[in-house]
Amino acid sequence: MSFQRTQEKLKILADAAKYDVSCSSSGSKRNNNSKGLGDASGMGICHSYTEDGRCVSLLKILLTNYCIFDCAYCVTRKSNDVQRAAFKVEEVVDLTINFYRRNYIEGLFLSSGIFKSADYTMERLVAVAKKLRLEQNFNGYIHLKSIPGASDELMKEAGLYADRLSVNIEIPTEAGLKKLAPDKKREDFIKPMLTVKNEIIQYQSEKKLLKSSPKFAPAGQSTQMIIGASGENDFQIMQTSNHFYKTYNLKRVYYSGYVPISYDERLPQIGSAVPMLRENRLYQTDWLMRFYGFDVSEILNASHQQLDLDIDPKLGWALRNLHEFPVDVNTADKRMLARIPGLGMKSVYKILNARRFRRLNWEHLKKIGLALNRAQYFLICDSHQFERRDLSSEKIKGLILQNSTSKYTTTLSNQLTLFN
Amino acid sequence: MTARNLKYDGSFDGFLSAVFYVFEQRLNQVSIQKASVVQNGLFAEVEVVVTEDVKANRVWKGLTSRLSAKGSFQLYHAFLSEQKGVENELLSFIRHAFTVSINADKDYGHPSVLKMAQLAKKVGREKHRMEAFVRFRLTNDGVYFASIAPDFNVLPLILKHFKRRYADQKWVIYDIKRNYGLFYDLNSVALMTMEFPKNFDGTKTESHFFAEQELEFQTLWQDYFKSTTIESRKNMRLHIKHVPKRYWKYLSEKQPF
Repeated sequence: MSFQRTQEKLKILADAAKYDVSCSSSGSKRNNNSKGLGDASGMGICHSYTEDGRCVSLLKILLTNYCIFDCAYCVTRKSNDVQRAAFKVEEVVDLTINFYRRNYIEGLFLSSGIFKSADYTMERLVAVAKKLRLEQNFNGYIHLKSIPGASDELMKEAGLYADRLSVNIEIPTEAGLKKLAPDKKREDFIKPMLTVKNEIIQYQSEKKLLKSSPKFAPAGQSTQMIIGASGENDFQIMQTSNHFYKTYNLKRVYYSGYVPISYDERLPQIGSAVPMLRENRLYQTDWLMRFYGFDVSEILNASHQQLDLDIDPKLGWALRNLHEFPVDVNTADKRMLARIPGLGMKSVYKILNARRFRRLNWEHLKKIGLALNRAQYFLICDSHQFERRDLSSEKIKGLILQNSTSKYTTTLSNQLTLFN
Repeated sequence: MTARNLKYDGSFDGFLSAVFYVFEQRLNQVSIQKASVVQNGLFAEVEVVVTEDVKANRVWKGLTSRLSAKGSFQLYHAFLSEQKGVENELLSFIRHAFTVSINADKDYGHPSVLKMAQLAKKVGREKHRMEAFVRFRLTNDGVYFASIAPDFNVLPLILKHFKRRYADQKWVIYDIKRNYGLFYDLNSVALMTMEFPKNFDGTKTESHFFAEQELEFQTLWQDYFKSTTIESRKNMRLHIKHVPKRYWKYLSEKQPF
């Protein structure tokens, strides 16, 4: 392989792939049983972090950035004047293997612009994965994009070699999609997702009967939505997200703050800020849904459609539901412990274990690592000191904000002045 | 009763033998220290504890029957932190473990338990970091070589991970700070020490040690690292939090060419 050509292509095609935020490399159960290369059975590993602080776990590239579509939000859209390049199948295989051998990466994340047709593109993605698995005996992690509109047969083949498959729905609502990507249809995204979901279910049930039946996309499916490009509110976004988790058994929904890349007047202009804080709040909500036992309607609903930027969504929920508090950490159940602001699930499990040995007081809780700045208004423990004042939600919020510094302070004050 | 200083050889078995001695002699005022770093207390007697597998195994068996599987694991992790005074922290944890009948490692309200868990966490984090930050470079002899200098002695903990993952290539991971390494010869992993040439610089990829295409792949990796950054989201504080500067000298993507 010619070094210079590869170098040039890699620059172009890695640059074009960076807006896909998915980087997870966990959740697969692919063991290295055959003395081959690689093992994707453990937890995910971030081998490095970019200077914007995002994890680098997989070699994330496009097979090509030639594309027949013209989606306004996308940097590789047909009408955009950028350098174009395309990798050969062997080049991707070679790069992946050599990067993996040096412990740079956990595996490959392969996406692509759509050239000629959906099937033609998907075929090439599958060819890369197949070659890695069958010819190179590679057991590292492979994440393939499902190309919207690809045939069922190809999706079924893809799942046999990939650990994870994903289709990005990109725009949370159909109306937004119509506006920004008129030549794409929601159904085209949904179809491969549905095929993969059904195949996963089928392979899993076969596995129960016959242990040697092959793996099918063992790390499941994911998707991504762009935040702040098409005017949806948080309620709409999280409803869509919840729908996809429930209906298609997705492992992850990623939220990607829109990075302005064009002067298209349908979109935020180049130079406007990336909504990173909002993105963070959406992820927090996502976590509350998946790990903390919250229903999405408790956090966002018709009468509360936007997340607060200055406080986290759990604190927001607690302030709207003061009648549920204070919680006694020495007796409360896991569900209620997880709802106290300032407690993560790690602290919850520590408390559940520790209180079997002795009743816990403030000193214990502080050492265990609770964020007492927030938690103190919502709990009682083995102590006579607790919040006795009958504080209103507003008052508590004020006290908490007064005693804390947010890493987003500058962002916050900017955004607040904007609204004024 | 006078305070006693127990010297041991620095191994985990040595430490457990010292613990055995403490219990056997019913010592209360005691300090266990590595022979290499021993500091004599003014009025303390110094004794050397001989490492004996039988005694070490008895203590370990007693502990594993009282701790959860994770707890014994944590204890070993915490020991590998090699932090000053860790032996005495762990001794007080072990004392507590033998007074509580079961799962003492879950008693996070007890200071010695929490301390042990926190130390183990630090070591676990370093282990995970090394699984991420090891950067192999292909040498002229076809061996993939990586040098590291971890905060804690994590080589014994990462052995399995690398053996499973790189089953079809020869590799060496060398701890420059502690001067020993792991060598995998396609069958098994062995401990080894190396004598480096006088002017050898572990961070440089010199052509008479390393394969021809090695620098090309490092360049490609650096390019990839650069082009995958989104400029408008740049956040160096977060970057450095994830990749602390002390690790940079062994990371290929951070090498100046």
